[in-house]
Amino acid sequence: MSRYELRFSGAGGQGLITAGIIMAKAASIYEGKEAVQSQSYGPEARGGASKSEVIISDGPIDYPKVTRCDALLAMTQEACNKYSDDLKDDGVLLYDSDLVTKLPEGNFKKVGFNIINTAKNEVGREIVANIVALGAMVALTGQISKENAEKAVLSSVPEAFLELNKKAFNMGYEKALAAK
Amino acid sequence: MAKKVAFLQGNEAAAQGALYAGCKFFAGYPITPSTEVAEVMSVELPKVGGKFIQMEDEIGAMAALIGGSLAGSKALTSTSGPGLSLKQELIGYACIAEVPCVIVNVMRGGPSTGMPTGPSQSDIMSAKWGTHGDHPAICLVPASVQELYEETIRAFNLAEKYRTPVMIMPDEIVAHMRERIVFAEPGEIEVIDRTAPTVEPSKYKPYDTSFGDVPPLAAFGSGYKFHVTGLNKLPDGFPTTKAEYVQAEEERQVRKVEGNAADIMKWEEYLCDDADIIVVAFGSTSRSARFAVDEARKQGIKAGLFRLITFWPFPEARLLELSKKAKGFITPEMNLGMSHGVVKAAVEGNAPVLGIFRVDGEPINPGQIIDKMKEVK
Repeated sequence: MSRYELRFSGAGGQGLITAGIIMAKAASIYEGKEAVQSQSYGPEARGGASKSEVIISDGPIDYPKVTRCDALLAMTQEACNKYSDDLKDDGVLLYDSDLVTKLPEGNFKKVGFNIINTAKNEVGREIVANIVALGAMVALTGQISKENAEKAVLSSVPEAFLELNKKAFNMGYEKALAAK
Repeated sequence: MAKKVAFLQGNEAAAQGALYAGCKFFAGYPITPSTEVAEVMSVELPKVGGKFIQMEDEIGAMAALIGGSLAGSKALTSTSGPGLSLKQELIGYACIAEVPCVIVNVMRGGPSTGMPTGPSQSDIMSAKWGTHGDHPAICLVPASVQELYEETIRAFNLAEKYRTPVMIMPDEIVAHMRERIVFAEPGEIEVIDRTAPTVEPSKYKPYDTSFGDVPPLAAFGSGYKFHVTGLNKLPDGFPTTKAEYVQAEEERQVRKVEGNAADIMKWEEYLCDDADIIVVAFGSTSRSARFAVDEARKQGIKAGLFRLITFWPFPEARLLELSKKAKGFITPEMNLGMSHGVVKAAVEGNAPVLGIFRVDGEPINPGQIIDKMKEVK
């Protein structure tokens, strides 16, 4: 049975738990697979290390946490240092190239672009950086279709921000493909 | 019609389960990592004619819960370790006064303030021995979002059926994890309501055992008047120190649960029949254990999983039976050996019981369990 393990990591307040939830929801509700999302976070509302883990499988999922990571998103250098140890050789690391300058060693694929700055300057709001990252993760992992992922994004964000999030998601998706 | 599905968090599912069971009253005080239960109830209860109240603290919340239940409502509170400690005196009160209510306690690191956002399984002894004195204890320990939903419904059923507090204790991982949940249709899952008195109000006694071990409970405001106290009591609810009443009543209160353990206990056996090594686990740890059991079987180790769904009453008779064939037991748990001692007592020395104890806020991973299996001779 295929088991695909993703980890979204960075600092508290970057919206990584939300990104993980949307990824898992897309797989579970729209793609018809099994998915579990879990999280670990510190007591701080902002800052501090934060991670959200998603397991996607064709069958029932027992252990809900990452055993060996297939895909890692690192939105801070600290998260990249802390969470890249168990990344598989054929896995993929997506990182924010402005914030993560020291890359870990390993044979896994490394894909970076300026995620936060893309949200801020090209999409127009820094707050959607997590959705830019999500779009990129969807493109790089190939676990769920772009259409189903977009449906999950749009059903998870406030109505007033549908267009903004759609733009963010697509921008992330395209940039990841270009940087691949 | 297709059933309603959603991608839900454990705590949200617990609240949905309570609503399905007909809960109409919530009293609580917010605390990580249980707060989402209260959040959902605060939004949903007013829509179904229920009441939500945030009290000044956990003690007040537990007192309000008892009041709400005595007024006839199915009542819920949610909390975590430090809040559970504060509620304990009144949980004992609910036990002796025989007031049905449900307490969701999400287990986080302890003791005291401990680790508010870290997972733990260290409140299970508190579920049985947290309040002083002999008293009945029911504690459910679900392992998935769907099960948390269904077990919350069952918690209400048991509380109402046996007129006693019921605790449901997901660990932080189960409570904060998100999975797809399939909602039950109305009528699909049995919902039990407490038995109301049939005698006229002037003849009613709240602890009249001529009706059996679980006497009917009248709702305040429905024309029935009765006395409620934390003291040992007579059938009419007034205090007594008469030896014959006190002894019989205490025994009856415990018997309500222990005598009906077969109805209350629930567990799942996975590959236990031919197992040399049986992992006894609950909550999120049982998911690691299942992963480990599957891996071990691939490596030629005959492993099985005994997954507790009810922790109290504890299924010691079944474990004793399994211990006659097994070479060893393993108890992985996010505490320093709470279920380990209970399993050891249950198997009466028939097989060694090896523990894996973790309290660093990290889950027990399958690799740790497989390593431990290799220590069983």
